[in-house]
Amino acid sequence: MDDHPSAPAVETVALLKTFGATRAVDGLDLVVPRGGVYGLLGPNGAGKTTTVRLLASLLRPDGGHARVLGHDVVADAAAVRRDIALTGQFASVDTDLTGAENLVLQARLLGHSRRSARARADELLNAFGLGDAAGRLVGTYSGGMQRRLDVAASLVRTPRLLFLDEPTTGLDPRSRRQVWDVVRELVDRGSTVLLTTQYLDEADQLADLIGVVARGRMVATGSPDTLKRSIGGDVLEVRLTDPADAVRAAQALAGFVDAADPSLSPRVEDGSTVLSVPLTRPVRQILDVLDRADVEPAGFDVRRPSLDEVFLALTDEGVSA
Amino acid sequence: MTATIPAPDVSVLTDPGTEGPPVTALSAVRAFAWRSLLKLRHTPEQAADAILIPFIFTVLFTYIFGGALSGSPESYLQYLLPGTLVMAILLMTVYGGLSLNTDVSRGVLERFRSLPVWQAAHVVGTLLGDVGRYVVAAALVVVLGLLLGWRPEGGPSGVVVGIGLALVFAYALSWVWATVGLLARSPQAVSMLSFLIQFPLTFVSNAFVDPGTMPGWLQGWVAVNPVSLLVTAERGLFAGTADLGDVAWVLGASAAVVAVFVPLTLHLYRRRSS
Repeated sequence: MDDHPSAPAVETVALLKTFGATRAVDGLDLVVPRGGVYGLLGPNGAGKTTTVRLLASLLRPDGGHARVLGHDVVADAAAVRRDIALTGQFASVDTDLTGAENLVLQARLLGHSRRSARARADELLNAFGLGDAAGRLVGTYSGGMQRRLDVAASLVRTPRLLFLDEPTTGLDPRSRRQVWDVVRELVDRGSTVLLTTQYLDEADQLADLIGVVARGRMVATGSPDTLKRSIGGDVLEVRLTDPADAVRAAQALAGFVDAADPSLSPRVEDGSTVLSVPLTRPVRQILDVLDRADVEPAGFDVRRPSLDEVFLALTDEGVSA
Repeated sequence: MTATIPAPDVSVLTDPGTEGPPVTALSAVRAFAWRSLLKLRHTPEQAADAILIPFIFTVLFTYIFGGALSGSPESYLQYLLPGTLVMAILLMTVYGGLSLNTDVSRGVLERFRSLPVWQAAHVVGTLLGDVGRYVVAAALVVVLGLLLGWRPEGGPSGVVVGIGLALVFAYALSWVWATVGLLARSPQAVSMLSFLIQFPLTFVSNAFVDPGTMPGWLQGWVAVNPVSLLVTAERGLFAGTADLGDVAWVLGASAAVVAVFVPLTLHLYRRRSS
């Protein structure tokens, strides 16, 4: 049963958690709508994991409020635990048990009968490519296998909200893609996923919305595209084979596009010079200016800032503020 | 890892049996006890060192000191065996604490804590499952004793009741190690501390020799050492001359340990995260 179907998946107001003198989470306001993947991005020590622990009712906040699927994480922790699953930063599996036993235990704790627990475990093991290793002690599994078992354990019961704390750290590309597939599929079936990650491409690939955290605070939120646009517009990269052309082109264009850097940040790539022209004017007009300056470019490319640049710009700001 | 990992069959993502009633505390405790017993089955070697020590002590002490202390190895064995039996069981009590410590460091504790079950079930069940270890240890020492010539006058019922009493005390004591397990930084630290405490506790008792020849200040401690109380009660039960007062002391000491360390452990458990 879903007690508060209209409540957001997560809603925090001025959430605070201190460890001694450190304010790990320092007045965090976070709203995660239902459905979709929300990516919590931030450098190490930004408070991502602490936030997840607070939301999963593993830690008590020192201030502020947090609701998960409409339930207060302190007053109604039991209701929160009924609807969530957590995959922590390290594969939290029992290395002294077999893969099958790990999942059977999980299923038994979630109310499956002995028989249906075993069936559910087999089903998940096969789905995650662990069928052959079901009877082996998890201590003998590779890191990737342990991580897949860990994710499988979180799916023994379909969670309304799944927390994935850096789920693909240390995974080979194939296992990583497999985790991504599972996340997408889960979201298609109506669950919400809150993902923390340091991999920007992961957030870019998976997240519908991103929150950037630095020093325990939210420094920006938005879709990946909005965030990319927010730190400066698109850039037209002009490739020139003659370095003399590059100087002339920069002289002709800098004033026209109001470039911050009058040399248009030339860089040399494969023997040609590449100029970065801010797209403050239509591309056609820029080309006209080049034409009049008698410059014949070898190629063009329109580039949007990567999420990495967004991340660096935002978190540097957050740290120096 | 093999290169042929199939794409996950995503149909399993939806669990058909999702919305069942919440799991009762009893079922949760049982599930964790089952886990504890599985670990004993998969890695019996983990318990091997703890069982070897009392074995070696039983054999060596009987034949080396037996003649000198009691006139003959056989007669000393009657005195010694309840002591080594208690030692064997008590050395096992640290496993629950070790297991909890490992669960903390591997993040397993967080997974369990995020489940909709009674929070204490993880600790209660783990420690109850470990009673299986104590039974195995007790059975091994009893069999060894019988082979060497130990003849308990109290008969099978005396032995069974005696072991039962030792199990009660051991379960209570295991809560002390659970507390240590939640505080310690590593499993090695837990083992180390357990040896440092359990050895003196076992030796400075009446487990191996009559304390009558010890200096007075030591006798004072031996008299109140809970291990002495337990060994005295065991001797009575095995010999068929049980003193209810001795048994009551052991039960009282167990209750006192439980009263302090159960709330302490559960408090730490709720706060602990890796």
